[in-house]
Amino acid sequence: MSQPKTLFDKIWDAHIVKQKEGHPDVFYIDRHFIHEVTSPQAFEGLRKRGVKVFNPARTTAVPDHNVPTIDQHLPIKEALSRHQVETLRKNTEEFGVTLYDLGHPYQGIVHIVGPELGLTLPGMTIVCGDSHTSTHGAFGTIAFGIGTSEVEQVLSTQCILQYRPKTMKIEINGKLGKGVVAKDIILYVISKISASGATGYFVEYAGDAIRNLSMEARMTICNMSIEMGARGGLIAPDQITFDYIKGRKFAPQGADYDKKVAEWKQLKTDEGAKYDEVLTFDAADIAPMITYGTNPGMGIKVTDRIPTAAELKDISEQTSFNKSLEYMGLEEGTQLLGKPVDYVFIGSCTNARIEDLRLVAEIVKGKKKAENVEVWVVPGSKQVEEQARKEGLDKIFEEAGFQLRQPGCSACLAMNEDKIPAGKYCISTSNRNFEGRQGPKSRTFLASPLSAAAAAITGKVTDVRSIV
Amino acid sequence: MAKEKFTTLKSQAVPLPIENIDTDQIIPARFLKATTRDGFGENLFRDWRFNNDDTPKDFVLNDKKYTGKILVAGKNFGCGSSREHAAWAIHDYGFRVVISSFFADIFKNNALNNATLPVTVSEDFLKKTFAAIEKNPATVITVDLENQKVSLEDGTSESFDINAYKKTCLANGYDDIDYLLSLREEIKQFEIAR
Ligand code: SF4
Repeated sequence: MSQPKTLFDKIWDAHIVKQKEGHPDVFYIDRHFIHEVTSPQAFEGLRKRGVKVFNPARTTAVPDHNVPTIDQHLPIKEALSRHQVETLRKNTEEFGVTLYDLGHPYQGIVHIVGPELGLTLPGMTIVCGDSHTSTHGAFGTIAFGIGTSEVEQVLSTQCILQYRPKTMKIEINGKLGKGVVAKDIILYVISKISASGATGYFVEYAGDAIRNLSMEARMTICNMSIEMGARGGLIAPDQITFDYIKGRKFAPQGADYDKKVAEWKQLKTDEGAKYDEVLTFDAADIAPMITYGTNPGMGIKVTDRIPTAAELKDISEQTSFNKSLEYMGLEEGTQLLGKPVDYVFIGSCTNARIEDLRLVAEIVKGKKKAENVEVWVVPGSKQVEEQARKEGLDKIFEEAGFQLRQPGCSACLAMNEDKIPAGKYCISTSNRNFEGRQGPKSRTFLASPLSAAAAAITGKVTDVRSIV
Repeated sequence: MAKEKFTTLKSQAVPLPIENIDTDQIIPARFLKATTRDGFGENLFRDWRFNNDDTPKDFVLNDKKYTGKILVAGKNFGCGSSREHAAWAIHDYGFRVVISSFFADIFKNNALNNATLPVTVSEDFLKKTFAAIEKNPATVITVDLENQKVSLEDGTSESFDINAYKKTCLANGYDDIDYLLSLREEIKQFEIAR
């Protein structure tokens, strides 16, 4: 018998083109996604070198960061945003790369589009010039974000140079409590290990609490791996994965599919394989979570108090902690529960899939939003938007006074027209609460779609368990 | 494309003793709209440097006392988004070295791909470095790539790690892509065999 291997190592080893002592591995990429922000300089590089795209069929492009979420049929108002989207159009045409442009039925946020089209398949290596590429790990892939120089490498050679990261297993066992969903699991884990707790590692999520999650919930977990510093996170594929993939546009079909499933079943960590680090959590300890600070590690149970500077484990963090609370306009040691919010943002590659919208609809059905809040629901893709309409979720949102917008990154980052004004509080289902992330001086509370929906109804930070 | 070569750098340094500086602070998203690599330095740490009306804030980059090609920052520098624009902004502003006790992975890689050396030092050495700059803003720090050593004026020094391959690339101004392009035939064979 050969040495037992982790799932990560199996996939990694199968993609090494060339290996040399002291040298990074030449690592082959199966699937490459690009968007308008991090690709223009890469195409420019190809042009300067006079190089073609190595294998255009392995790259898929979609505009998402800069796009408006209303009136998408009109030209983009802001000149620089328009220019970036037009540059993507021009580049993909010139280099023969498939583009799902604005208005196309497959357009959406890059990390939502890949899985829903069946472009993301178990055992693959996947990269994109975007840190939340980790989302695709939910299918048992090695998926991670890269910089633009590396985008250029993939376009021109279908490879990048990589050092093998260390591996970490995060195991979550037990049953989740009422009102607790995937977003709470990952916010909880990050609050426990900090925003840099997994730097240098690639994470495998395991345990029955993970096994029992749907594919969409697993994507939410893997999506935020980067928020604890990890290169990425993956989950071994199982029947839930295979069922999700079946029948999707670009997934293998018929006998091909059956053959692939047989192969995918081998994609798991061998008994006795070693990880560099193993962490275990109990699902029963997790409650609805919310962040109070300016990095995703600054999270608490929604019913807890914000810690005091004196309570921090590491006193060297006090300066950053105080700066963070000052930015957020919050007091140490106080409760967030009951704090009025101004905006509710339901969207982003973390939580804008159909199941997320269903969770929200369930809570708000027949109710109205509070007067003091503005609520934006931004579906992750055209297909999600279509599905929501088919199920009548649009009616529920409309009656509640929510705005259902068109797909894009929207208020997840302040790059398009959707920005949270200075000083305002937004409870957001996205993944980053950095200073200015949602607009200059905006203040973000990260939470689950359920908690966001609850806040939309009450107009303040609410324990969702108190209203269901 | 050849990049500038890195040997030994002796320079004053700019201190930024804040932890978890994310790439949204280094270069806010609204400045990512350029389609070239140039000019990002202008908006480096934009929201810490300037008020909304573009008047300068009380921030270290606006303080003439502090200058130089070395940025010294608190731990977990460069976390968050994978935007290489953060590394471009730092390089374009004029920095060639960032010293911290901990770097986020993607940032470290992006910096190395852009002729900028991330130097990881111990918490203790980082504290000494901040103290030295506080005592004398004109103090000179020496970063010697060849010997992988960073030293302060009082003689305190520490060695740092850098991967042998990346070291060669920095020292010679090589680019990963030149190497990969030379392997295109081999990669094609690998792809066919899969
Ligand atoms: S939704 Fe947010 S995190 Fe996801 S790709 Fe868009 S900007 Fe990045």
